[in-house]
Amino acid sequence: MFTAEMLESIKKVEATRAERIGYEPRRMTAEEKDTLLRQYHPDFREDGFSIIQIGPNKGEKAPVELCTLLHSNSRIKDENIDLSKIDYDVDVLVIGGGGAGSSAAIEANENGANVMIVTKLRIGDANTMMAEGGIQAADKENDSPQQHYLDAFGGGHFAARPELLRRLVMEAPDAIAWLNNLGVMFDKNEDGTMITTHGGGTSRKRMHACKDYSGAEIMRVLRDEVINREIPVIDFTAAVELILDKNGQAAGAVLQNMETGEYLVARAKTVIIATGGAGRLHYQNFPTSNHYGATADGLIMGYRAGAPLLYQDTIQYHPTGVAYPIQIFGALVTEKVRSLGAMLVNIDGEAFMHPLETRDVCAASIIRECSDRGKGIPTPTGGMGVWLDTPMIEMIHGEGTIERRIPAMLRMYLNYNIDMRKQPILIYPTLHYQNGGLEINGEGFTKAIDNLLVAGEAVGGIHGRNRLMGNSLLDIIVFGRNAGKAAAKKSKTVSLSELSLEHINSYAKKLEAAGIETDTVSPMLLPKYTR
Amino acid sequence: MQEMVNVFLYGKKYTVPADLTIMTAMEYAGYKLVRGCGCRHGFCGACATIYRIKGNNELKTCLACQTQVVDGMYVASLPFFPTDKRSYDIEEIRPEQKIMMELYPEIYSCIGCNACTKGCSQSLNVMQYIAYAQRGEFEKCAEESFDCVNCGICTSRCPAGISHPMVGLLARRLTGKYIAPKSEHLKKRVEEINKGAFDDLIAKIMEKPIEEMKELYNKRDIEE
Repeated sequence: MFTAEMLESIKKVEATRAERIGYEPRRMTAEEKDTLLRQYHPDFREDGFSIIQIGPNKGEKAPVELCTLLHSNSRIKDENIDLSKIDYDVDVLVIGGGGAGSSAAIEANENGANVMIVTKLRIGDANTMMAEGGIQAADKENDSPQQHYLDAFGGGHFAARPELLRRLVMEAPDAIAWLNNLGVMFDKNEDGTMITTHGGGTSRKRMHACKDYSGAEIMRVLRDEVINREIPVIDFTAAVELILDKNGQAAGAVLQNMETGEYLVARAKTVIIATGGAGRLHYQNFPTSNHYGATADGLIMGYRAGAPLLYQDTIQYHPTGVAYPIQIFGALVTEKVRSLGAMLVNIDGEAFMHPLETRDVCAASIIRECSDRGKGIPTPTGGMGVWLDTPMIEMIHGEGTIERRIPAMLRMYLNYNIDMRKQPILIYPTLHYQNGGLEINGEGFTKAIDNLLVAGEAVGGIHGRNRLMGNSLLDIIVFGRNAGKAAAKKSKTVSLSELSLEHINSYAKKLEAAGIETDTVSPMLLPKYTR
Repeated sequence: MQEMVNVFLYGKKYTVPADLTIMTAMEYAGYKLVRGCGCRHGFCGACATIYRIKGNNELKTCLACQTQVVDGMYVASLPFFPTDKRSYDIEEIRPEQKIMMELYPEIYSCIGCNACTKGCSQSLNVMQYIAYAQRGEFEKCAEESFDCVNCGICTSRCPAGISHPMVGLLARRLTGKYIAPKSEHLKKRVEEINKGAFDDLIAKIMEKPIEEMKELYNKRDIEE
């Protein structure tokens, strides 16, 4: 399967393997990291960004592709939507059927609210399902929530909103206990001790995992629980705009059947946006590890209704996406592969960095190796990559470790006749996570629109400007649960006035006033991959 | 010159690059997918697909996102296959054999044909995990079914009408909640936090100026 040039390079990797085992490359100093990021991280490429022209974040930069969507017309601008014909009437409307949306729905239900989930694909078709490596929580003797706070705050370049990060770390152990209590099978020793490992940037081994199906295991249990509770789930139906009432409170959403095109009106006393990330916008033409539906819909709907974004200009590129073979280009190679001991190695078999630097530093370092340093390995489609030396894992931890601890990775590569137990794999950064999103307060409510909450990847500020591995599976549970509880509680006191879509007209006027003429519509809903 | 192959999507012939997966071949041919597409990386089971290779009578199954096209492939996707999930209250049920009998009695009608195993897109030993479920060996069933992506291919091929993924899921939830050993350190930490043991410590670190935080962060000790 590998090209001749790759096989030649693999020989060099094999030749240096023995001396690399037990050798720990030096970690970079703060200054070195800073310089590296400025020079090589995609967030610092000027041509990848443009300036938002209207709305609450006017004048700030955002990725070009996101800006285009923010500067687009509403999908229902010229549609005649009859808001007096209510198709669904609920206390809590959850938009999005991933981990955050499902946790929110379960807690809203638990707290006595009439809750409904609407999702444009199926419940569980979400980035949560694809999270492999694990979920952080400081629940061991040598660890503490404040240590977790320090790691995440520093890893996020000291930009996280303290009130949000506090919740994340303080409610983490309870989130794990809640999941375990629902029946999530965490990796444990025989005495019940959670098997925990490092992630990039962690100072304690606090990564809990369910093999390398961590997100899938969590998601399928949450989905099962939603169904057991008979919470209505409207599949293959996208939310295309929020509905406000005459007083400017969130009051529901306009939905669209993805197959028939029919519009539907959902009225709700509280609305939770849990629509996930933006990987399928393919910023700067990067491949992505994201789900097919990750098109930033919630950000667009929230922004059009007047909710501000935070850190929309920071994106996480996962350092280890598949560079080769092309059939799985961009797919995620979990960070757990590195935390189990696999090193990043260049074409000459040299370990060029400590494998457990934070993700942004690691990604920038790989891009440097493949560009200016000329030490990347070319792929047949014109791309580049470096080796992730996976056979080291079995040399360090014993034969069978890969099959036991990272079976999904092994299976994915074996489909293309690459045995990662015997040969290294070729990787390159892949668009992975939207660090920025809609701004919320500690309870999960947006600051601008009453009764509108956000949870999960669509939130900005929890992780600052870079997220550590295992903190997103954590945040969907912590903030999903909180949003569900808060929305249920709030719904009991809300009274709505007449429904309105006036904000769409006023947004259209702002576009016009800014001189923006466009044929594109947003939210995007699904990427275009047809030829 | 790119190598091309002929594939038949829902019976219609298309010529597509040989290095595509079934999913990307469908998109190359012009299908904008709504159903039958999810994570695209082999985790969600949305793209369960059946196919035959021309000249071969065997009906094969796979995930469209994880399978490369081959010449003469006749493809039909299974964008939705109904499984039959039974509802239960996880707090009320217990890991006893009778719960399987109550919720999924059809597993005892298994005729041992092994069509489920042959169809599995994840190469799991499906019939074996159903056998474990029949015997109330939930932990073994959980382990054996752990990598299931709920694509439903096993169910589509079962003459006894078993919804295998649902059986595995029940066994896993019972195992995770009731059978696996309890984590004492987790319980202890949750209690400590609830009692407020970390309130002052977290408040202190939140109050520190950024410069001090940077110093703390850059000098923090890292567990070996």
